[in-house]
Amino acid sequence: MATMTPENLVYERPQSFTAAPTHYCPGCTHGVAHRLVAEVLDEMNLAERTIGVAPVGCAVFAYNYYETDFVEAPHGRAPAMATGIKRVLPDNIVFTYQGDGDLASIGMGEIVHAAARGENITVIFINNANYGMTGGQMAPTTLPGMKTSSSPTGRDVETQGYPIRVAEMLATLDGAGYVVRRSLHDPKNIRLAKKAIRTAFEVQDRKMGFSLVELLSTCPSNWNLTPVESLTWLEEHMLPFYPLGDYKIAPAITAAKI
Amino acid sequence: MARELWEGNQAIAEAAIRVGLEAYFGYPITPQNEILEWLSRRMPEVGRAFVQAEAELGAINMVYGAACTGARVMTSSSSPGISLMMEGLSYIAGTEVPMVLVNVMRGGPGLGNIAPSQGDYNQICKGGGHGDYRPIVLAPASVQETVDLMPVAFDLAEKYLTIACLLIDGSIGQMMEPITLPEMRAVKRKDYPWATSGAKGRERHVLTSIYLEPLEEEKTNLRLLQRWEQITANEIRYKEYFLEDAEIVVIGFGTAGRVALSAVRAAREQGIKVGLFRPVSVSPYPYQRVAELAAKAKSLLVVEMNTGQMLDDVRLAVNGRTPIEFYGRLGGVVPFPDEILGEIQRVAKGGFKMDENPVHSWMQRMAAVTK
Repeated sequence: MATMTPENLVYERPQSFTAAPTHYCPGCTHGVAHRLVAEVLDEMNLAERTIGVAPVGCAVFAYNYYETDFVEAPHGRAPAMATGIKRVLPDNIVFTYQGDGDLASIGMGEIVHAAARGENITVIFINNANYGMTGGQMAPTTLPGMKTSSSPTGRDVETQGYPIRVAEMLATLDGAGYVVRRSLHDPKNIRLAKKAIRTAFEVQDRKMGFSLVELLSTCPSNWNLTPVESLTWLEEHMLPFYPLGDYKIAPAITAAKI
Repeated sequence: MARELWEGNQAIAEAAIRVGLEAYFGYPITPQNEILEWLSRRMPEVGRAFVQAEAELGAINMVYGAACTGARVMTSSSSPGISLMMEGLSYIAGTEVPMVLVNVMRGGPGLGNIAPSQGDYNQICKGGGHGDYRPIVLAPASVQETVDLMPVAFDLAEKYLTIACLLIDGSIGQMMEPITLPEMRAVKRKDYPWATSGAKGRERHVLTSIYLEPLEEEKTNLRLLQRWEQITANEIRYKEYFLEDAEIVVIGFGTAGRVALSAVRAAREQGIKVGLFRPVSVSPYPYQRVAELAAKAKSLLVVEMNTGQMLDDVRLAVNGRTPIEFYGRLGGVVPFPDEILGEIQRVAKGGFKMDENPVHSWMQRMAAVTK
């Protein structure tokens, strides 16, 4: 067996990760999103200063996977908990990791006002167009016509309303510093997502205000697709509805050339 | 310290600052707005955290977050707002982190009104949020007593890793009284072995209220109960007035107890052997002391600004051994001392009959008052 050397090391667990295997379904992009955050914490050497806030939803056990302090919020309330932590520990790094049901439905009040206050926290927002943990019900991000376990004939916008584009909406708030949307459906986009996550944490570390990275993600189990089909489905259906882009970059952040 | 004239809500806020409040998160609701307003000015002045949240849901979860860091933290609200906070309070109880809640009750149910009431006794004393837990609830009867209990509430919350609530009503919150405030003391954040403050040079800390394995949740429930037994053994508080030779024992908490004291004094002047027992800790409730008093008394008279919520606790303590009478005013109506004096006189003349349910006879008497 060959000895591991820096030259032949192509993959290792980030130091900000615990050794715990994740509970996520095979092929789900939560694992990718988790790893990107861990890599950024490693690169910026933030783990010792960081307090994560886990949501209610598929990422409820996020606290098992990071070598950082962590709290677990009530459904939707992660931005409020993060606010409470950050206001008494302003030199620490505080991030929430929330799904679309948690952030854009039950927690809409908390996220909008955290952004409006310019709360100096980072939000990782996973948009997979359904409620993953409870069995794939319709989410505020479910696409028109999309079948879920609570929109069995497809989301009917006449009776069930329209999806919410969170990044665009939060970008209208003066308090929001850095609000972007990225996707996790292929390697190029994963690299771009990591860059955005890095920027978001840099924004917080420099006390430049509220940062949110929306990540388009897959849910093979509830979409009833294979992992590979899910990536294609995301690209073909979610990208047109949820365009990738930088929706808000405050002038001070641009000027800082992070 | 000099005695100064202070409004209750402002005095509560200033007392909290002086005993080391590090962070306050709240939302406006009458009749406790002056707490929020006072702290919005004073907390930034002393370099501490203040946020006016988007709702009580946000406020209580900001408290939850700050409590997880080990900071001395509180919020305040009134009845409908407390209902909204119940979710967060349950999580805080389940996570076993300390906080202080100031609960300035008003008339209800529903939107009710903004007048003083004691209608939320059961809500807060019996837990409130989902799950099996009990907060510590202290019910002062004056601005001075509220201010004096502020450091007690923080110390109890931090000693037992629980919610400590100061339960008052709109009249205590908004009346002005001459009081002495505590001295300003420096903030000293405790070095808790569980606080989530960044895992520098130590193992990481995780704070949650989730125990997916029922046997683990059962252990947690048992741990909470064991802590509650300690609280019950050590933290009973009450005040007694004219009880040495009392044949009639009036029992009332907070404002109702205070009004009853005036009635008891007037009755004493008329030669009626009556005294007042005023529970200060209404959770844990002084069952033992009530039972001792009941054993010596000919009758008890429970006075509340609700339909007899604490009466249930008194009946539990007395267990049918002594006649109990009840007098309540509801929905934001505060009884006058004369009304309670009339009740004391009635009970003194009435021959101390055992009543199946004291609420029923009171309802009949109330019919004449409210028609």
